[in-house]
Amino acid sequence: MVQADGHSQYLLRRLHTLAGVIPVGLFLLEHLFTNSMATNGAAAFNSAAATIEGIPFLHFIEFFFIFVPLIYHGVYGLYVAFTSGYNSGQFHWWRNVMFILQRITGIITFVFIVFHLWTTRFSGKAPTFEMVHQLVSNPAYFWFMIIGTVAATFHFSNGLWSFSIHWGITVGQRAQRVMSYVTMILFIVLAGVGVDALIAFTHAAS
Amino acid sequence: MTEVATQQGQSTTGQTESNGQQKFVHLKIQRQDGPETAAYMQDFAIPYTPGMNVISCLMEIRSNPVDENGRPVTPVIWEMNCLEEVCGICTMNINGKPRQACTALVDKLEQPIEIKPMRTFPVIRDLMVDRGRMFEALKRVKAWIPIDGTYNLGSGPRMAEKDRQWAYELSRCFTCGACVEACPNVNDRTSFIGPFALSQARLFNEHPTGKMNREDRLDALMGEGGIHECGNAQNCVEVCPKGIPLTTSIAAMNRQVTYHAMGAWLKR
Ligand code: SF4
Ligand code: FES
Repeated sequence: MVQADGHSQYLLRRLHTLAGVIPVGLFLLEHLFTNSMATNGAAAFNSAAATIEGIPFLHFIEFFFIFVPLIYHGVYGLYVAFTSGYNSGQFHWWRNVMFILQRITGIITFVFIVFHLWTTRFSGKAPTFEMVHQLVSNPAYFWFMIIGTVAATFHFSNGLWSFSIHWGITVGQRAQRVMSYVTMILFIVLAGVGVDALIAFTHAAS
Repeated sequence: MTEVATQQGQSTTGQTESNGQQKFVHLKIQRQDGPETAAYMQDFAIPYTPGMNVISCLMEIRSNPVDENGRPVTPVIWEMNCLEEVCGICTMNINGKPRQACTALVDKLEQPIEIKPMRTFPVIRDLMVDRGRMFEALKRVKAWIPIDGTYNLGSGPRMAEKDRQWAYELSRCFTCGACVEACPNVNDRTSFIGPFALSQARLFNEHPTGKMNREDRLDALMGEGGIHECGNAQNCVEVCPKGIPLTTSIAAMNRQVTYHAMGAWLKR
């Protein structure tokens, strides 16, 4: 495939973990940051959205730095989830449970992002506070967003832990343990930021 | 040892309770008559003897092959050799965990004791499995030090004592297969060679003479079924009877392979 010397699987796997952090993970952070502007009111969010709209070559950047890596990470991730085994029934150690949660949240996030893009980015409506407010006024949509946000932030944070091992950054047992604390705190913070923004969107613009 | 006191005055063939009743050990064993035939469960009740382990239970069945209801059955087939957790050949699933039967003490196990062959390896018969894939994996990662030649190469470089100490821990792997069995990513949808092989590649890459072939091993780890198949479920390190730091070995090899992959590409 990519290379004739049988290293293609290795490359595809490492590209998958890399794409998950850079740029997809970075985009997630940016997106959560922009969303939390909503906690400062509709005007703050709308001006943040307008700033992004003003980025030059926006469509180019969006396509090559968000959509392509996102689709690759998502589709290849489904393949990874499919080829993994699931034996937490027999071995219920913490890391084995996290291994399974990583795959479950990945699938939830995949479905969530497809639907999320469909109802916002590709809905043909302008990305305003009012548009999001309309969407999250529906309780089913709101809870779907909550689940998706929690799943995505978990998948990102726990993915960082795994990424650090895949790239040989955290090698020793202690380093890996510290990293697991750090990433779980990160998960709580990011999930909090995301949920907080969603709640802010439920309040009508004044 | 609480048994020591009760052992006195007891016959060696069976332990009786204070009321004179014979105590029994209950076993549920997964049987399979041949590689292609279906597996089935069989229950056994064998006379209890103090200090019994799973091997001695199986020996008891072999000397009197009857099931729980006294019906004659074929004796259970299993493999053993060292009987002291050194050869690794008696590994099987005992109460759901892969471990060595020779060091699985009946007194420490919940009954009925459920015994199954490892699922990862092809069953030859009953509890006897073919672990040939582990040997293939070791060959794939070149887990040896090539020093054969037509003349004496002399002594090799010395190894630093501080490295020897942790490398010794890795060298204690006896290819038992417990880590391969517990790994969720060793299954029929992947070709993962298994955690132990990654750790062995690290061992030989650290050896001063083995280092001379480190690129070959790193290439193998990037190849089919290599290190990228690891998903960090970290069950391996939990089940390893030798306490080998498999997850550290895997991360260390990830680091070596990352550098190797980038370096190889930039040198091209
Ligand atoms: S690493 Fe441990 S569990 Fe795996 S084969 Fe070696 S001794 Fe057995
Ligand atoms: S017989 Fe050798 S490890 Fe059990």
